[in-house]
Amino acid sequence: MQKIHARARPQLALVLAALAGSMTMAASVHAQTSDFTTSSKLLLTGGVTNIEGSAGGGLTPWAIIGGYGTKDQVGANAFFTNVRSNDYELRSSGALIGFQDRVEISFAQQKFDTRQVGGALGLGNGYKFTQNVFGAKVKLVGDAVLEQDSWLPQIAVGFQRKENNRGDLLRALGIKSDKGTDYYVSATKIFLAQSILLNGTVRFTKANQTGILGFGTASRDKYDTLFEGSAALLLRKDLAVGVEFRQKPDHLPFKEDNWSDIFVAWAPTKNVSVTLAYANLGNIVIKDKQKGTYLSLQVGF
Amino acid sequence: MQQKLKIIITAVGIVLAGATLTANVHAQEGVRLSDDTGIYKEFGEKAGLVIIMDDFMVNLIKDPRTRSSFEKADQKHIKEQLVDQFCYILNGPCEYKGAKMKPIHANVGVNRESFNALVEQLQFAMDKNNVPFRAQNKLLAVLAPMHRDIITQ
Repeated sequence: MQKIHARARPQLALVLAALAGSMTMAASVHAQTSDFTTSSKLLLTGGVTNIEGSAGGGLTPWAIIGGYGTKDQVGANAFFTNVRSNDYELRSSGALIGFQDRVEISFAQQKFDTRQVGGALGLGNGYKFTQNVFGAKVKLVGDAVLEQDSWLPQIAVGFQRKENNRGDLLRALGIKSDKGTDYYVSATKIFLAQSILLNGTVRFTKANQTGILGFGTASRDKYDTLFEGSAALLLRKDLAVGVEFRQKPDHLPFKEDNWSDIFVAWAPTKNVSVTLAYANLGNIVIKDKQKGTYLSLQVGF
Repeated sequence: MQQKLKIIITAVGIVLAGATLTANVHAQEGVRLSDDTGIYKEFGEKAGLVIIMDDFMVNLIKDPRTRSSFEKADQKHIKEQLVDQFCYILNGPCEYKGAKMKPIHANVGVNRESFNALVEQLQFAMDKNNVPFRAQNKLLAVLAPMHRDIITQ
């Protein structure tokens, strides 16, 4: 346990530094323009941060570029997310930078706490998996907000490079690797006249339980093509409610289920958003019917 | 290797499908919401639009991102034109005889930032006058495609 903590610390420091940096930058932007910020995307149109660090919904990346920067600007976000189900807890924190509303790079560190289940499995109570996720996304075509007379959504492609710190255990469980890369294509569109947002994402992945349980199995090392979707209703310019779905593979001896949630996202200001969700995560290893709260805080500009 | 290739081909296919699905309709001077009988009332009819445009212009002059485009312009004329244009779009008893979007914005030098700032200030003005959010979005959906004619930088 000591060793893991020591390894995790520099990365946490990095995240905190990025967080502090983005807040200072946001503050200085504010100072320059008194009442108005130069972050010029419209409220909530930068989305929130996905558990793997990409701008999107909570479970799935969207085609939007994170942060409030537009064509000539840089935007950035830092986030902290906590998902607590009946028997497990996932904490994810990280930061992203969006360049010219075109390219997004992101980093997230996830800590999956097995709590009492770790003890039941002989790993020790509170046994944790730590996974680092490096992401990049490029917007290809479209504009989710402005092109209201066209059906063309905003389309982006991206990847999430994942590295898990429990390689030895994972291999002992018959899992192929502790590292893997997900690739995805996302299409996102806000239908303003209907006040709704729709997103569809196709993900190519070898990850078991998003990579927390490694990548592939000893007998199967192939990519799956999986669908993820989000639908949100815009209630006010600072408030949205919605649902999400994430299809998951199921190649391990312990069953893996699709994920879904219902969420409310609120942006009291351009620099802060809070997302609260109720997530249904199904069976995870030896515990079935995992449900619980998802709470995420995002700061940025 | 073969698998990576498969992924790339699938991804490219999805993108192309999305792109070709779209018939790119060009922005007009504002499509009339002729199926919507209630929306004109939700904006307070002509009197409401006049007040919203007054508040909107005050906001635009206050905001450093939009000030330079409006402070030296004929604000009274712009407000009248906007009232007519919005009244027409909102299915009110008005005709829009004003200028085409593209030529009048040719030398204004609007970029994406100032365009979004303008939308934000319009939202503030509509909020202040209690226009329901969904009605606001119906109007913005008509206005948004005009960015192609308005944004020049």
